[in-house]
Amino acid sequence: MSIIDAPAAARPGTLGDSVLRPDGTAKVQGSFEFSSDLSAEGCVWGATLRSPHPYARIRSIDVSGAWKVPGVLAVITADDVPGERTYGLIVPDQPVFAADIVRYVGEPIAAVAGDDPEVCRRAVDAIRVDYEVLEPLLDAEAALDPNTPAIHPDGNVIASQPVVHGDPEATADVVVEGTYEVGMQDQAFLGLEAALAIPDPGGRSLEVYVATQWMHEDRRQMADCLGLDPESVRLVLGGVGGAFGAREDISLQIHTSLLALRLGRPVRMAYDRAESFLGHVHRHPAQIWMRHHATADGELVKVESRMVFDGGAYASTSSAVLLNAVTQAPGPYRCPNAVIEGHAVRTNHLPCGAMRGFGVVQICFAHESQMDKLADACGVDPWELRLRNAMRTGDTTITGQVVQNVAPVEECLRETAALPLPDEPVGGRPRSDGLVDVMKVPGGAGRTTDAADVVRGIGWGVSIKNLMYSAGFDDYATARCRLGAGVAMLKFATVEVGQGFVTLAGQIARSILGVDDVVLGRIDTQIGSAGSTSASRQTWMSGGAVASACRAVRDRLFLHVAEQHGVDPENLVIDGTDIRDETTGWRIAVADASAGIDIDETVVYRHQDTEPLDENGQGDCHVGFVFVAHRAVVDVDPELGLVKVVQIATAQDVGRALNPLSITGQIEGGIAQGLGLAVMEEIIQTDGVIRNGNFTDYLLPTFLDMPDVVATLIEQPDPMAPLGAKGVGEPPTISSTPAIVAAIRDALRQVDGVGRALDRVPVRPADICLPARASSPPAAG
Amino acid sequence: MAVFVATDVASAVERLDDRPESIVLAGGTDLMVEVNDGRLRPLPDADVVAVNRIAELRSWRHDVAAATVTIGAAVTYSEMLAEPLAQLVPALAEAARTVGSPQIRNAGTLGGNLGTCSPAGDGLPVLAALGASAEVASTQGRRSVPVVDVMQGPKRTTLGSGDLIVSFTLPVTDGWQGYAKVGVRNAMVIAIASTCLVLDRQRRSVGLALGSVGPTVLRAPELEAAFAAALDWRTMSVHADAVRTFADGAAAFAAPIDDHRASADYRRHAIGVLTRRLAARGLDALGAAA
Amino acid sequence: MSDQFTLRVNGADHDVRDSWLGESLLEVLRNRIGLLGSKGACEQGECGSCSVVVDGELVCSCLVMAASAIGQSITTVEGIAPDGAPSDVQRAFVDAGAVQCGFCTPGLIVAVHSLLESDGEPSDTEVREALAGNLCRCTGYGRILEAVERVVVERRR
Repeated sequence: MSIIDAPAAARPGTLGDSVLRPDGTAKVQGSFEFSSDLSAEGCVWGATLRSPHPYARIRSIDVSGAWKVPGVLAVITADDVPGERTYGLIVPDQPVFAADIVRYVGEPIAAVAGDDPEVCRRAVDAIRVDYEVLEPLLDAEAALDPNTPAIHPDGNVIASQPVVHGDPEATADVVVEGTYEVGMQDQAFLGLEAALAIPDPGGRSLEVYVATQWMHEDRRQMADCLGLDPESVRLVLGGVGGAFGAREDISLQIHTSLLALRLGRPVRMAYDRAESFLGHVHRHPAQIWMRHHATADGELVKVESRMVFDGGAYASTSSAVLLNAVTQAPGPYRCPNAVIEGHAVRTNHLPCGAMRGFGVVQICFAHESQMDKLADACGVDPWELRLRNAMRTGDTTITGQVVQNVAPVEECLRETAALPLPDEPVGGRPRSDGLVDVMKVPGGAGRTTDAADVVRGIGWGVSIKNLMYSAGFDDYATARCRLGAGVAMLKFATVEVGQGFVTLAGQIARSILGVDDVVLGRIDTQIGSAGSTSASRQTWMSGGAVASACRAVRDRLFLHVAEQHGVDPENLVIDGTDIRDETTGWRIAVADASAGIDIDETVVYRHQDTEPLDENGQGDCHVGFVFVAHRAVVDVDPELGLVKVVQIATAQDVGRALNPLSITGQIEGGIAQGLGLAVMEEIIQTDGVIRNGNFTDYLLPTFLDMPDVVATLIEQPDPMAPLGAKGVGEPPTISSTPAIVAAIRDALRQVDGVGRALDRVPVRPADICLPARASSPPAAG
Repeated sequence: MAVFVATDVASAVERLDDRPESIVLAGGTDLMVEVNDGRLRPLPDADVVAVNRIAELRSWRHDVAAATVTIGAAVTYSEMLAEPLAQLVPALAEAARTVGSPQIRNAGTLGGNLGTCSPAGDGLPVLAALGASAEVASTQGRRSVPVVDVMQGPKRTTLGSGDLIVSFTLPVTDGWQGYAKVGVRNAMVIAIASTCLVLDRQRRSVGLALGSVGPTVLRAPELEAAFAAALDWRTMSVHADAVRTFADGAAAFAAPIDDHRASADYRRHAIGVLTRRLAARGLDALGAAA
Repeated sequence: MSDQFTLRVNGADHDVRDSWLGESLLEVLRNRIGLLGSKGACEQGECGSCSVVVDGELVCSCLVMAASAIGQSITTVEGIAPDGAPSDVQRAFVDAGAVQCGFCTPGLIVAVHSLLESDGEPSDTEVREALAGNLCRCTGYGRILEAVERVVVERRR
């Protein structure tokens, strides 16, 4: 990938420079400690017994067999939970251990501790559970029916959210509609869930090392269930091998802690891949009906939608996921009228919650598919149609919120279109011997396809994504900065999952304080919360907190310098690694000025207030928005339904590029996950049982599946953002998916002039090459 | 119980005979998956017999006079991909290239492929289409059996607990051979349908084997004979209808199931397309040469 | 042998005790020998995070039965640059931004060294094919390709 407009040169190590990761060398040498690498003196292992049924009543649990396995040290069930028996990010509806009912395949029922993993495995197998198997609720639409028996005391509807804006009766010359479906995607981070819990003597407090996304929220839920004060639960970040939303909910934290407290000795738990698929939440499958009304020129007049998100057995963040989807249903376009109805429901499927894009991925696939349909109906080029409707700063969203952010949707579209198309010919450039280069055609090494079998298509996807937490949530981040002898020490609880906040934090300190040396403290709960590493929020939130703490330290340093040297502190600025008096030109090195002092400031940063939606879904519910455009070029073998994504071009709104190399990594990595959802990634459950919970059958894009990415960054510093920068993590994932599907549709249209609806992702080979399935059931308007 | 690293066939089969519950370990790419997820634990009174350091199993030889190549059961897919073996059995090289990743190809073997006997095993359609035979050793001696007679179904073969697959003997054909495999990803993917086609100009025979569309790899003798009869072997040309009939016949012959990897309908469809494309590819290559 | 055996890892002999029969080389490296650089993420040979070199061949250590590797020479990521200074490949990974969460990285480092030993001038497509068995969920592979290209250019000089 090439970044076309590189930013102006910055002092090495500061904002704007492509600073390298401080943990990079340890990671390439294999010495970086991931949570699964941690151990402690006297440490034993834990393991979990999980339900084989999607819905069943537990008649009895007999753990006596487990105790007979040599080496077993503890066996615990729901009766051994001293505090709250349920937990949850938004509502505590999920049991630590199922006591009387299991609601999904994989729900924890008991945990054991033993000398080694093999002992634990045998002990788990020796627990006998007598189940009365019940008829599972597996149809999200049926879950909405009030006559369907509730599978949870809280009912089957987790959340419903309408949005009615403008004139609900409005219509226009051109009307297009469709029903779209998104399958269940897994975050599939590589570093599996792992934790190490070390109890303090006395057993009333403990330290827990865990790979997570939000330390203080984990601590809150853990303390509640452990029956301890939050202060008695000290969390320390264990190295995180990717997250993507899957670590926002509790997985093994409470189980590990319970075992450690029970035994009074350290316990570690680690999931294998199969357990990981059961042990964390996934991206919601969704069914979305949409109807777009537009003028003959393609100007949007009204968007209608009804969507149902399958939240699986427990609530997790379903209501927030739904809020994102309903409020951003039209996409990054002006739309004066809207009638939206959204529901998130409970079923006996795997629980769903956060994944990169958080509700917007699902709705974006639907609205972008609709925009293509509309373009077709109006006889307008799909790119041109998007341009005509592109949202601008000052426009009003369908919740009545005025977009105050920089909103460069038009620039994203124009800059993406200006990026070069691939020079690779259709079907790839032949090898020197004239034969097809099989790795450049659909099917790859499978040798299914020759260049003559290939048709190329081009498709567009554009998206809007809200940043940070919405709807009145008290969203804040805390950071501490300490300066002495030219060295800045930073401390925060901001979770590093690989995105690179540990790099950015140092850049911020170097820019603001004029230091070169920055030392990062351990990431733990010995400081206030930083919120979650999610919602593309840490550059803005923790970046804002670190910047504020550094500025507070800098201001005190200026006062100190003014006192020492008889200058006016109001005239002092940081210039490189010096402090300079702007009126006289007098200067002193920061290292010298800070010798022998110790300035220490802790700051809490909050973004502007948001408000919950009213009964019509109106309100200023979001903090800010980020935008991106994607153009996909895809080679398709229409007869076999195989695809090869050739190129993704993208122009992304970043506000200000604080670390271009790091942004490049987010763009390419995010696109890979969007590609995965477009053409291969889906958790398949039949009768509530996962069928492909392993990497042999849950397919992630390999090196050979990823195309070249060409990108340009739209740099328009956002005055609302503390550093002018917007989060960049989610947008690449969101609209790359519909762009790829649109490209496949474009290719197929060239074959027979009609093409395929491809109204479901991931697009499977059969969707491309076999007769269409019976059309989806009609949705209520 | 122990892991016995065998260095010759005799000691390996003795060990297998001595402890009938013993497990043969070749490249480990199937066996260790089962061990790792706890489905398989070696029994206390059994051995694991590792065979990938038996020289005879790790080598291959070309018998020019007999026009055969004999490939040791523990020769890896990476070795099958390399010249000159790749040139002698090009379809096997093509199949080998589709196996997993470089790491898997450096470990996985044909003996293991047959031992596991998955219908999706990438080497098996090639062995079947070429009419390969397996040499099997036991304490009773050695015998040669056609590979198609060994394959019964997933993890089911006609081999006994004391049997060790030593090698495979395949004809070096004059003509064309090719392998094609459909998966949802462009690398590292299990076949959801695969086809091997052999056009043997000297014997004027056709070999067609289908993978992942039945309980085991399928051969279709009647279709092969009909297509061989329709072919003009001198010019290597054929009426387009005959290719279509051949491909449609292959699709009809397939006996796939629906599962989480693909639908039966798609697998059947893919077999038809792959058969047609392979036939066209082979005829193009031979026709151009004729 | 079964209860105790010796593995030769990164040029040194390691006695392995208490290993259960059938235990993978990955588990033995991590839990018995204490070399934690090799990572496990799939237990099926599908992700490449546990890649090591055994007698010159790149393999997934999760698919090697540890006790069957006696007498073989095993190289892990810790043995790539044992003197503590990063190798050219390791440096290039850091410099090119090929590392994010870093979980796949040790396996990729071993795989790239193995690739470049057998082919010093791989094309882009050859790099992609050679590394197709190493899944990365963070980077989308673009920076990894860049890192390999940098090493190829550097070694050419």
